[in-house]
Amino acid sequence: MGSITLRKVSKSFGATQVIPPLDLEINDGEFVVFVGPSGCGKSTLLRLIAGLEDVSSGMIEIDGADATLTPPAKRGLAMVFQSYALYPHMSVRRNIAFPLKMAGVDAKVAEEKVTAAASVLNLTDYLERKPGQLSGGQRQRVAIGRAIVREPKAFLFDEPLSNLDAALRVNMRLEISELHQDLATTMIYVTHDQVEAMTMADKIVVLRAGYIEQVGSPLELYNNPANRFVAGFIGSPKMNFIEGESAARHKAHAIGIRPEHCALSAEKVAGAWEGTVEVAEHLGSDTFFHIETADKGVLTVRAIGEFGLRHGDKCWITPDESRIHRFDEDGKTIG
Amino acid sequence: MATQHSRSAARFMISPAVILLLGWMLVPLIMTLYFSFLDYRPLRGIFDCCVGLENYSRFMGSSSFWDSVTTTLSMVGGILAITLVLGVLLSLLLDQPIWGQGIVRILVIAPFFVMPTVSALVWKNMFMNPVNGLLAYLWKFMGLQPIDWLSEMPLFSIIVIVSWQWLPFATLILLTAIQSLDSEQIEAAEMDGAGSLSRFVYIIMPHLARAITVVILIQTIFLLSIFAEIFVTTGGAFGTRTLTYLIYQRIIESQNIGLGSAGGIFAVILANILAIFLMRIVGKNLDA
Repeated sequence: MGSITLRKVSKSFGATQVIPPLDLEINDGEFVVFVGPSGCGKSTLLRLIAGLEDVSSGMIEIDGADATLTPPAKRGLAMVFQSYALYPHMSVRRNIAFPLKMAGVDAKVAEEKVTAAASVLNLTDYLERKPGQLSGGQRQRVAIGRAIVREPKAFLFDEPLSNLDAALRVNMRLEISELHQDLATTMIYVTHDQVEAMTMADKIVVLRAGYIEQVGSPLELYNNPANRFVAGFIGSPKMNFIEGESAARHKAHAIGIRPEHCALSAEKVAGAWEGTVEVAEHLGSDTFFHIETADKGVLTVRAIGEFGLRHGDKCWITPDESRIHRFDEDGKTIG
Repeated sequence: MATQHSRSAARFMISPAVILLLGWMLVPLIMTLYFSFLDYRPLRGIFDCCVGLENYSRFMGSSSFWDSVTTTLSMVGGILAITLVLGVLLSLLLDQPIWGQGIVRILVIAPFFVMPTVSALVWKNMFMNPVNGLLAYLWKFMGLQPIDWLSEMPLFSIIVIVSWQWLPFATLILLTAIQSLDSEQIEAAEMDGAGSLSRFVYIIMPHLARAITVVILIQTIFLLSIFAEIFVTTGGAFGTRTLTYLIYQRIIESQNIGLGSAGGIFAVILANILAIFLMRIVGKNLDA
């Protein structure tokens, strides 16, 4: 079991309100990702759930029981920190066994659990090492191991992959997703990287300045963003926003079109937007063009594979009309 | 950068400092060594060359010698124990966010700035005096017989005085060590179900181990040569005669420079044995 409900939870540090009253429902077994730019309060929200910070008002329920005033250790949640927070003077074995030791679990049972967790996480050969002798990915796994052995109601991850290099990050992302499949435990994951959010989440919570902008599955957010902020935050490269005359033609203050929903042509196409290639980014599988237009600013367009345009070439962009998002003055989506 | 040329230039440039320091250290050491083989008593006009090891055997043969070694060790040990235990507790306390933290921290450091002679005199006259001392008033207030600290428990009294002086040093080093502890580690331990005592034992103490060895090393070096506090309080009486004080008495009070110098050489050897011993512990701790 591991359902968490936040009711009107808010947090202020002194006079500054970091999180305005907020409601959120996290179901048992869900993989929920809190995503948002840095300073949006996502880590604070996680720490409130963990109990490392006291809420200023509101209520946190875990499995239907009020846990607002429950100390962190009693909430039955396990947390993986950004810095991993391994105990540097203890071996990997003792690190993983620490929560069991604190819970007064019998040494023999603890040993079995540690061995089991180590084999799941490929740490068996490193059990006698100190954290200082491990690589970043291995430290990350030890931190996860320390969380697993407690058999928590939910796992909390606080930007766990931000200290890893790009290749390792992709690996660990997969491992965490697999772990979620195996354990089927609720996981709450905080990140500022929308790619991590899109790839791992069952449910994404987009936060800005403490406010929840939108909650939904990755594809819901991608296809039907509730506002301009979500539209710009989800998806890479960023959605193009166009204001002015072209937007007015769609009866909106601004329109948005994703780089992948534009067709590019080197020859003149009727009704297409004309522009000049500024930069071409070649990724092999795709090419991203940054195109300067006369009245619409710089637009990003994705073309599949190689596309023979270079800096200074003229080109024409045809947006997919059905994929155009319309926004009003406040940035709200017009349905 | 480090070419052959620049390296030899560097050697040349630091040589004045090295030579000065070497001279500063070696001249007194060699003179002491030289005097320790003489029968040199200036007030009696005796300056006899080459008495061999007689000074050494006389110095170490006297009953006061071993007493002074044990006094020295128990004094150093006692001060270390008090400063470390209280230092850890105090630094934990000072690490808490409180109002006026900056002022409190400066106040805590203050005793370290008081000259040893002054602080010993303050303690002797204001606190430990059996008639007018504050402690005597406290004892009387509780209906007890005031204690004449410096004659009834002189060694303990001196340990208290010196501990008071050195506590700020230990606190300061340990406080900086505590502040360098990653707060996420404490939070992780909290989530792992460790109570405050477990957090102290399993997380904070191992983190402090390094700082504690540094405190032990530095304090031992300085505490082996305590002099002023003994001089102005008991004058070496009532079993407070440390090795340093014994040497002082042999040279100044008995005017026997040869005998005192032999003691001095022994003190150098003792300090070095302790230093090597401590350095190895510290070195081992700093490697990890």
